[in-house]
Amino acid sequence: MRTSRPFALLLFTALALALAFLVVPVVAIFTDTSPRALIDSLDDPVARDALWLSLKTTLIALAIIVVVGTPAAYVLATRRFRGRAVVQTLVELPLVLPPAAAGIALLAALGPNGLLGPLLEDAGIELVLQTAGVIVALVFVSAPFYLRQAEAAFSAVPLSVMQASRTLGVGEAATLVRVVIPTARNGLLAGAALAWGRALGEFGATLMFAGSFRGVTQTVPLAIYDRFATDFPGALALSAVLVCVSFALLLSVKLVTGREALGVAAR
Amino acid sequence: MLRVDARTTLGAFALDVGLAVAPGERLALAGPSGAGKSTVLRIVGGLLRPSHGVVRCGERVWLDTAAGVDVAPERRGCGFVFQDYALFGHLRAWQNVAYGMRDVPRRERRARAVELLDRFGLADRADARPATLSGGERQRVAVARALARRPSVLLLDEPLSALDARTRAAAGRELAMVLRDTSVPTIVVTHDFHEAALLGTRVAVIDAGRVIQEGRADELAAQPASAFVADFTGAVVLAGVAAPAPDGLTRVALEGGGEIVSVDAAAGPVAATVFPWEIVLEDPSAVAGGSARNRLAGEVTAVTDVGGRVRVAIAAGQPLVAEVTATAVRDLALAPGARVVASWKAAATRLVDR
Repeated sequence: MRTSRPFALLLFTALALALAFLVVPVVAIFTDTSPRALIDSLDDPVARDALWLSLKTTLIALAIIVVVGTPAAYVLATRRFRGRAVVQTLVELPLVLPPAAAGIALLAALGPNGLLGPLLEDAGIELVLQTAGVIVALVFVSAPFYLRQAEAAFSAVPLSVMQASRTLGVGEAATLVRVVIPTARNGLLAGAALAWGRALGEFGATLMFAGSFRGVTQTVPLAIYDRFATDFPGALALSAVLVCVSFALLLSVKLVTGREALGVAAR
Repeated sequence: MLRVDARTTLGAFALDVGLAVAPGERLALAGPSGAGKSTVLRIVGGLLRPSHGVVRCGERVWLDTAAGVDVAPERRGCGFVFQDYALFGHLRAWQNVAYGMRDVPRRERRARAVELLDRFGLADRADARPATLSGGERQRVAVARALARRPSVLLLDEPLSALDARTRAAAGRELAMVLRDTSVPTIVVTHDFHEAALLGTRVAVIDAGRVIQEGRADELAAQPASAFVADFTGAVVLAGVAAPAPDGLTRVALEGGGEIVSVDAAAGPVAATVFPWEIVLEDPSAVAGGSARNRLAGEVTAVTDVGGRVRVAIAAGQPLVAEVTATAVRDLALAPGARVVASWKAAATRLVDR
């Protein structure tokens, strides 16, 4: 099918505009300041605290998401029950929730005067203005990314494959571990990478629920915000690190899912 | 001995079957799609629970809905070959075969699996992943995997339907040989009568959730209990009304015109059946001779080469199909639009009530 010349021109102009608009700011992070200055400004205790805290909190949040989210997604993918669609929607709600609303929601639920506040106090758990609070905020906003991908990945495992394992003498729990998870592996990895990427960039909910205290709750995005007025190169340097990590995550998702697509084509 | 009695409804579809399969016996469950064949298999394997039913394997009760017994599929010990083979894509061929070997020590599993694969001519493919295997190889791995646990029952769901036409014939013959060597009760589901005849010692024709006729394949072909079974066995089925004739034969006035005779006794509405290879095609100008009593003139509507023989579809009041040689097609200049006369003997014409 032929596309008319003016229309083709219009299409490619739109693509070029979109590309430029999306890429130029990212490129600017790296060109505004010399690479030397970028690396130097990372050699700063505040920046290093933020990087270390981000790595720690996002990995713990990811571990919680994967451990609880994997069986939860399996249930959603393999069971038909009343209210399943409602549960699916509720689980995805944080995806569209504005970060500020998410922060307020967490305070209303888990804050000292919140819904579950007294319960947490009795148990001796403090979340607000604590590192644990950062992890709670990260889990809240990024879990849906993993749940959605994992459910789709489990749904794509043929029923006959699960049933074959059962007829070969392997119970449902062992089938999940030995067959279903390995078969859905690529989708699970992609979901984990997306959730991790979202957690690394989390800002609003963390700020409102956990605050911004150096070494305790000040993750990289909060540190960037904290210093952009006083130390622009320092803020740029931290941004550059986040951009590199995010890009690596996106690339790994593309590679993993791309290989899966190739595998399907070969079959 | 495997015994199945099950009644269940799935949507608008109702299933009501009773089957028994002895050790060493292979029951081919044959019928059109949607007849309930796979449902029976899934009930035996424990993958589907009927509303009412009993499944017994020897002394063991796997399912008794009245007594609340429903043994989980992993505890039944059925070898199940799925239509799509359901191989585990992340495991190598031998690991697929070894998957269910729980009673074999871990370090002996590979040797046992390769030994089994060797019986299927696949020893050199033991390390291959399913995605790199051909359709025929996948099917053999699936059968090897099902046999690896020494199952008490073997269940195969359309084991040849995922193969292309070229490999299907050879794979079918190989599978028949493998099945002949196993002594466990076996149920093979198929929608093809020739496959049923090849793979089963007995054939049960199932339609709309009920077993219509059960017997050896040649018995079904020779004495179909209904027009449906006759049609399923590949016979030409012509509807008509039968009346006894003074010469001891039965005359059948066909719907759409024409009359034929049969040696079978019948009266009233009947389906007359004849096999396509019993039908002789002649030029309409040829003088009628020989012993064929049934002659119907018609027009050729299609000529299809099916490998070694040619199926000629003819509109003669009712549609019928003849199987002839390629030479006959040339000699009679058979092509769509050509006029022919189809003839066959009264003795080759079976009559079943409609």
